[in-house]
Amino acid sequence: MPIDILMPALSPTMEEGTLSKWVKKEGDTVKSGDVIAEIETDKATMEVEAVDEGVIGKLLVEAGTENVKVNTKIAILLAEGESADAIGSSAPAAEAPKAEAPAAAEEAKPASASVPAQPKVEVAADPDIPAGTEMVSTTVREALRDAMAEEMRRDGDVFVMGEEVAEYQGAYKITQGLLQEFGAKRVVDTPITEHGFAGIGVGAAMSGLKPIVEFMTFNFAMQAIDQIINSAAKTLYMSGGQMGAPIVFRGPNGAAARVGAQHSQDFSSWYSQIPGLKVIMPYTAADAKGLLKAAIRDPNPVVFLENEILYGQHFDVPKLDDFVLPIGKARIHRKGKDATIVSFGIGMTYAVKAVAELEKEGIDVELIDLRTIRPMDLPTVIESVKKTGRLVTVEEGYPQNSVGTEIATRVMQQAFDYLDAPVLTIAGKDVPMPYAANLEKLALPTVGEVVEAVKTVCYK
Amino acid sequence: MAQTKSASASGRKPAAKSASKTTSKEFTGKNTPEFGKEDDLHAYREMLLIRRFEEKAGQLYGMGFIGGFCHLYIGQEAVVVGMQMAQQEGDQVITAYRDHGHMLACGMSPRGVMAELTGRRGGLSKGKGGSMHMFSKEKHFYGGHGIVGAQVSLGTGLAFANAYRNNDSVSVAYFGDGAANQGQVYESFNMAALWKLPIIYIVENNRYAMGTSTARATAQSNYSMRGVGFGIPGVQVDGMDVRAVKAAADEALAHCRAGKGPIILEMLTYRYRGHSMSDPAKYRSKEEVQKMRSEQDPIEQVRNRLLEKGWASEDELKAIDKVIRDIVTDSADFAQNDPEPDASELYTDILL
Repeated sequence: MPIDILMPALSPTMEEGTLSKWVKKEGDTVKSGDVIAEIETDKATMEVEAVDEGVIGKLLVEAGTENVKVNTKIAILLAEGESADAIGSSAPAAEAPKAEAPAAAEEAKPASASVPAQPKVEVAADPDIPAGTEMVSTTVREALRDAMAEEMRRDGDVFVMGEEVAEYQGAYKITQGLLQEFGAKRVVDTPITEHGFAGIGVGAAMSGLKPIVEFMTFNFAMQAIDQIINSAAKTLYMSGGQMGAPIVFRGPNGAAARVGAQHSQDFSSWYSQIPGLKVIMPYTAADAKGLLKAAIRDPNPVVFLENEILYGQHFDVPKLDDFVLPIGKARIHRKGKDATIVSFGIGMTYAVKAVAELEKEGIDVELIDLRTIRPMDLPTVIESVKKTGRLVTVEEGYPQNSVGTEIATRVMQQAFDYLDAPVLTIAGKDVPMPYAANLEKLALPTVGEVVEAVKTVCYK
Repeated sequence: MAQTKSASASGRKPAAKSASKTTSKEFTGKNTPEFGKEDDLHAYREMLLIRRFEEKAGQLYGMGFIGGFCHLYIGQEAVVVGMQMAQQEGDQVITAYRDHGHMLACGMSPRGVMAELTGRRGGLSKGKGGSMHMFSKEKHFYGGHGIVGAQVSLGTGLAFANAYRNNDSVSVAYFGDGAANQGQVYESFNMAALWKLPIIYIVENNRYAMGTSTARATAQSNYSMRGVGFGIPGVQVDGMDVRAVKAAADEALAHCRAGKGPIILEMLTYRYRGHSMSDPAKYRSKEEVQKMRSEQDPIEQVRNRLLEKGWASEDELKAIDKVIRDIVTDSADFAQNDPEPDASELYTDILL
């Protein structure tokens, strides 16, 4: 059977080109890999190599011909022993046979070409805490440590790595005592090398281990963000579900106090944009514990954003053997009927104080702690807005493309008719974090701003 | 064919000596034995499969069946085949985006690879990964990565897991002379040496990082010496001679399995085609390419040996060629006729 040689596409966008030169002539023998012609595309002159072996039976397009469409027959190759007679009547048809490949691709398309609906994922409610359960006043720091220790006791594949996590007992003492209990194999001090150890963590996770990678702060994780996003978040999809990365990236995020622009950024909205990641940003110690345990067990990559200022704050944590909270579920911190505030992480500190002040003025606010930024529990927010008709969001991050603007957009789209006022978003100011104490204060949100915003949406 | 010394075989400055001087004394990577008949025949088949597969992929690209980027491995076949011949079950492989050869050598199905190239549902990643992104848990192949250098840290993580589990497996992480200039490569070297992780770093030095020759991209073009600062031994290997690759691999794997930590093998090799399908390769002369093809071709070397030693006749080699062509044709037919993924796949495999 004679083989048709077609005009090849030599770039993702090429549709036609000039057949500038034949390197082989009729009667020449060609082997796989031999250059048979040169083709000029819009970008460059490229060589065309033979794939099949045989003898050039006929050249169908003259050298110098311009605008030869991709997939036009340009020559016919005869197999060993075939004569030119075998070419038959198909030979003169140098017309482009209506691009074979795309036609085949067309047929292969599934019947429904429209975008399917994004599947909804049901998230379980928080577990019931049995009546009479002892509540223990615990710092966020201790809660995080306890969560890691419990999960490391439970599963030998869980280990923690990062800068100063072992011998130093943690730069912020979150890993205190872990080295003593679990040893250097499972509590691994790394050099200062975020990009490298994030990659090592992801590689270990791809092979089935469950690393907890601590960043001394998420500001340093920008050195590692390629591994978090391109390797950890996308592998499951790119492998068609074969291989994922069960890994937790955790550490303090956002502003601490007086540490300047490079150590003070909140990355919640950055990571929350990425499909394939879960993003958690707890406020209370109980949530920190229950959600970190859930994150470590989760088979997906989880970004767990803590806050240095919250580390030392005390909250009640239920004394239970295995307190695990659902990822993707907001918590109603306080019920109310006049307006809704949605916040998360350290943003909650402003919101909680604002709610107390507003209460004195007779405004009854429902306060929702998002806890998880991705997947976002929008139904809980929408339900609240349907009741109150008013919404204010509070966070410390930059105002453009913030978590608050995302919530505002989606509430506008999904609950427009229920809104009695425009959604207001309280965020950090649109500036790198200044060092001077007075300027730093100005750059962060204030309780007063939150109070004012709630009054504004209530037209008071 | 006469046995060739590594560095000169690829027409480069012999730098291997200085490399071994500064690194491990016991590690030479120079113990190049002759192959027996079975090994030569095996290497011939494996390399030919990659060559023919890649030629077919190039053709399908030309016909519009394969989109986007497509980086062919033609010319470099001896590297991955020689390595694979030395590895044992459980050893992991990871590489960048010029990955078709690695997957075929790992034993991943030609149909699955080709159908992934055409973006069809029977592809190894259900059509969602493409040329640069395929994986196989079963064959211990960890991708298939599109970010230059990222696979080096990831591969080091695989080695970390081996050490953690205290198993006998070695991670084999491939990267090019271009990736060798990425910072995370050295971050990984440092930790692998510090923790004595079982990993072979393979620098596939094909002389060009896309269009930039090594001479224009690096102050130290002897990549086997890139681990010197961390005490990682390294050698240059004639990456066009599958026997030299296999011998170096044997030694390197033994080194890793003995708990001596990482090792670097710089494979002096050459890519015949452009960086990707749309690269006209104007940065090098036709003569340079032709010289490598006619004098050093990894497949021709084995073919000549098989004929000279009388281990195979022309007819027998033709029969092998036919078997390989049939496999490749079958994979191409499958890849062209398999349906595209169902639209419902858009939202699957994002989270578990």
